[in-house]
Amino acid sequence: MSGKTLVTIKGVKDGLVFVLDDRCDWESLLKELEDKLARHGQQLSGPAIQVRVRLGRRPVDEDGKRKIREIIGRYGNLLVESIESAADGPPAAPRDTLPLYRVSGIVRSGQTVERDGHLLLLGDVNPGGTVRCTGDIYILGALRGIAHAGCEGDTGAIIAASLMMPMQLRIADVISRPPEEWVSEDSGMEFAYLRDGVMEIDRITRLHRFREEATLSKGV
Amino acid sequence: MGEAIVITSGKGGVGKTTTTANLGTALAMLGKKVCLVDTDIGLRNLDVVLGLENRVIYDLIDVAEGRCRLGQALVKDKRFEDLLYMLPAAQTKDKNDITPDQVKSIVEELKRDFDYVIIDCPAGIEQGFRNAVAGADKAIVVTTPETAAVRDADRVIGLLEQTSIGSPKLLINRIRPSLLKRGEILDVDEVCQVLAIDLIGIVPDDETVIKHANQGEPIVMNPQSRAAIAYRNVARRILGETVPLMPLEEKEGFMRKVRKLFGMG
Repeated sequence: MSGKTLVTIKGVKDGLVFVLDDRCDWESLLKELEDKLARHGQQLSGPAIQVRVRLGRRPVDEDGKRKIREIIGRYGNLLVESIESAADGPPAAPRDTLPLYRVSGIVRSGQTVERDGHLLLLGDVNPGGTVRCTGDIYILGALRGIAHAGCEGDTGAIIAASLMMPMQLRIADVISRPPEEWVSEDSGMEFAYLRDGVMEIDRITRLHRFREEATLSKGV
Repeated sequence: MGEAIVITSGKGGVGKTTTTANLGTALAMLGKKVCLVDTDIGLRNLDVVLGLENRVIYDLIDVAEGRCRLGQALVKDKRFEDLLYMLPAAQTKDKNDITPDQVKSIVEELKRDFDYVIIDCPAGIEQGFRNAVAGADKAIVVTTPETAAVRDADRVIGLLEQTSIGSPKLLINRIRPSLLKRGEILDVDEVCQVLAIDLIGIVPDDETVIKHANQGEPIVMNPQSRAAIAYRNVARRILGETVPLMPLEEKEGFMRKVRKLFGMG
């Protein structure tokens, strides 16, 4: 498991907010919650504190909620006020059902193209220009500006470009700047993806190793 | 009915005013009737570069506010018979004292009498830019081979593409062949690749440009200067001629060739 924090505790005006990661598996999430409370439990003594639990997009049933209440409830002064999950509302569309938007033209300095879905750009993104979408970004042209894929938190989104020379790449909430973190091999079309929360760049021909859905059916 | 061309850049100091003065003069030398309009209100200097500073009586704002007729505000450049005029900007006002609609109607009026109306745009992308662009049919974006200038040019091109002007033409100014050869500045291809608009000309850096500007005589009048040839080429391209880009590498004996070309050697 990577060093990514699964449980983040934030202080707000009227109590505490527990932000629980929505992608890791349930067991390790509960374990980290227990560990964290055990470590910081002493600091949390004193008058009663209202706690709101945010589960992000993780769907949770009554059983799960009871489990969370039970763990937090071990510390007498923590009162669970609410447990919120975005999955209670309309579920986030899975990646393969997102619409694909095709846009042609040059995204110039100061311009932003935003779409709710995947984005296919036929043209360049110039330095100072931004493309952002909730799914993948495919650029048939040069990426010289900023691209933000999976901007609502999809860490599995990718950014592909014919010429990968970005000012900045962002996937979900990971931001990376070349060439500090990676270097483009300049070997034709490349794509950026997150591996254990770290930005990686690879040739487009290796995309199928990362995405099963991309495998082509072969002839007989 | 003439054509209005705005000269703009976003960044300051890349040579908008010099380009306006020289293209206007070059077009007049080719026999076209030209009016140059300075829209850099509060920081006018097109009149200085043209050497017409002491002949300014009325200005753009006076015309817009009806204190004089358009014809009274035009300053004639006597070096070119009846071909080159200039409409100066006001020096004591600022860019918010005139609206894009007012500039547009003045430019429309000028287009009836002139073949070309060349509008000198101030730096920036605010009110001054909107004023300058309002009446233009076409645009030339001036940049230098520096990253910052190219970035600003890109921003301005984006803004121009959203207006009725559409895709502007690109002029790369102040190219220094020695730096170019050593790869210390962006080369023409790199700039064109990023900006992706049509190139209308490249102008080499020429120290005499500054001297000429100070003397109030546009460089284009001096046929021994490489910058002058470059500006004349741009003017011919504006008229629709196909002129190849000039080679940037200064060859030995180049000046002699140029002189010979103009029958002076």
